[in-house]
Amino acid sequence: MEKILNVKDLHVSFKTYGGEVQAVRGVDFHLEKGETLAIVGESGCGKSVTSNSIMRLIPSPPGKITKGSISYRGQDLTQATEKQMRKIRGLDISMIFQDPMTALNPTLTIGSQLIEGLLQHKPVSKKEAKLKALRMMDLVGIPNPEERMKQYPHQFSGGMRQRIVIAMALICDPDLLIADEPTTALDVTIQAQILELFERIQEKTGVSIILITHDLGVVAKIADRIAVMYAGKIIEVGTKREIFYNPQHPYTQGLLKSVPRLDLREDTLIPIEGTPPDLFAPPEGCPFTARCPFAMEVCDKIYPFHSKLTATHNVECWLQDERGKRVAASAIASK
Amino acid sequence: MLQYIVKRFLMMIITLLIIVTLTFILMHSVPGSPFNEERGTNATIQANLEAHYHLDEPLYVQYFIYLKSIVTFDFGPSIKQPTSSVNDLLSRGFPISLELGLVSITVAIISGILLGIIAALRHNGMIDYIAMTIAVLGISIPNFILATQLIQTFAVYFKILPAATWSSPMHMILPTLALATGPMAIIARLTRSSMLEVLTQDYIKMAKAKGLSPVKIVFKHALKNALMPVVTILGTLLAGILTGTFVLEQIFAIPGMGKYFVESINTRDYPVIMGTTVFYSAFLILMLFLVDVVYGLLDPRIKLHTKEGES
Ligand SMILES: Nc1ncnc2c1ncn2[C@@H]1O[C@H](COP(=O)(O)OP(=O)(O)OP(=O)(O)O)[C@@H](O)[C@H]1O
Ligand code: SF4
Ligand SMILES: [Mg+2]
Repeated sequence: MEKILNVKDLHVSFKTYGGEVQAVRGVDFHLEKGETLAIVGESGCGKSVTSNSIMRLIPSPPGKITKGSISYRGQDLTQATEKQMRKIRGLDISMIFQDPMTALNPTLTIGSQLIEGLLQHKPVSKKEAKLKALRMMDLVGIPNPEERMKQYPHQFSGGMRQRIVIAMALICDPDLLIADEPTTALDVTIQAQILELFERIQEKTGVSIILITHDLGVVAKIADRIAVMYAGKIIEVGTKREIFYNPQHPYTQGLLKSVPRLDLREDTLIPIEGTPPDLFAPPEGCPFTARCPFAMEVCDKIYPFHSKLTATHNVECWLQDERGKRVAASAIASK
Repeated sequence: MLQYIVKRFLMMIITLLIIVTLTFILMHSVPGSPFNEERGTNATIQANLEAHYHLDEPLYVQYFIYLKSIVTFDFGPSIKQPTSSVNDLLSRGFPISLELGLVSITVAIISGILLGIIAALRHNGMIDYIAMTIAVLGISIPNFILATQLIQTFAVYFKILPAATWSSPMHMILPTLALATGPMAIIARLTRSSMLEVLTQDYIKMAKAKGLSPVKIVFKHALKNALMPVVTILGTLLAGILTGTFVLEQIFAIPGMGKYFVESINTRDYPVIMGTTVFYSAFLILMLFLVDVVYGLLDPRIKLHTKEGES
């Protein structure tokens, strides 16, 4: 398998009046060609900041990548110039945003917004670009594409707009598609349709997808691997099977328990108590300590080491560490 | 579309009728008559003169005579300058006023928008502060004060620009500056704030994510949206420019319509007052209509004729 993206020790901070927000604090993950990696986690844990960093779309100032590397096909994007990034954006890496109602420019026709990316990146004529746009509209399932190209965003429903945004993101045949909560703003039935569309497109084009969501239902449907983020760190990563059937981090376990399931009764839904730590002054130890039912003395003092459970399953929790296990055992013994 | 235009025209006529009526009432509620201070007029002559201009008729008869003159677009002769008709005065003065107004609003729009864009793109930088300081000054200094200051500085002190009249492009600089600065400042501030707001929108982020250049992003994606609020205040600015010409034509001795208008009020030259008011009101109403049309062209969500359904 070819690694197309490799993120190492990524740190991103925002300078604000209240101090420095450490939104992303050492994130490692990679992406293989043609796979779908889901990044899940509570609101504010740094999912969007991570994905925006890959595109180098962090508003700067106040935002800054303070440490780490993002290597895309061997090139470190953290070191790329703005001009180099402009060539990568839309052509190699594309992005889809959460709200399709605001992602399209209300004063430009769908057609002109669709083809502009293509015209920017490829030496094609307007006519060829239009033909490609028609094919893309067809691919994402928009009827009467010819006619629809001349219309404006307000003439489309939310689901249709998200299809257009997807067509727009894919028009240059990128290698990597970053979708930041692409279905959150949509109705449940439309959500399912859009997810199916992602699957179909991936089958057809072989595009790799980073899917950001806090909806584990979405993840269960289309992810190959799952990275769980908490307070600016990836605390557990594994294949879909590993995460759903063998979650090791207490936070992941809590997250799974808080998902509504059809086969269980309503009252078994248990939200995780408490709130994530303040990212102005994140704790030195495990950021989940205050909410963790298994927290030990060592937890809030030293950040847990990285434990490799399988070739694909990694977790950062003292419970997985031999020394942590000993501490836990002695703590239980002394009680 | 046709239905919309017909409706708008009916509204425009009603508006005009109200303005005409109000002007008529105001005009006649101010004490005095065109012949009051004329020397050597005895009672008979005065009565004859008033009869000649129908001033002896009851007010409502005069009102209908005025209405008729408006419909036929013939306001009759000026009382004070009997050799010229009101239409003569208009055709002599208005082109000059129009030129002053058009040059000023064009300068105001172009420089205001440019200043606003630059300030927004250099948000919180040196250029932004300088531009906004100019803008605040421009908004707070009334044009007649600015005019006298400009004359003082450039005509009297440096002697590089003529102080008055409207006879060459050089003569146009000071009046245009005086008239354009206020609206320019308003446009610059509005463009800046609306540009800043538009630049935070998702579709701008989307445009960046497509790899578009900053120039494309600003001019293709941001500007049109940022200019919507500017277009909506254009009507008000036009009205301001219009009244501004009255004042500045006095200061710069420009032989435009404003000069005749102010004179006519001082001398109670009823036909000229009425004619000018009607003409300017009609002009302004038409301009406001054009502004609406432009707005409709800029924003596809606003359809001037039919409602379009979602699908
Ligand atoms: N422009 C910014 N200025 C200051 N802080 C920011 C900025 N953008 C993000 N942050 C901070 O970074 C942290 C992570 O934000 P991020 O948007 O990545 O969260 P998220 O995981 O995407 O959450 P959500 O599910 O709500 O989208 C938050 O604490 C947020 O306050
Ligand atoms: S390191 Fe400690 S506090 Fe953190 S999740 Fe593991 S057991 Fe809980
Ligand atoms: Mg987010």
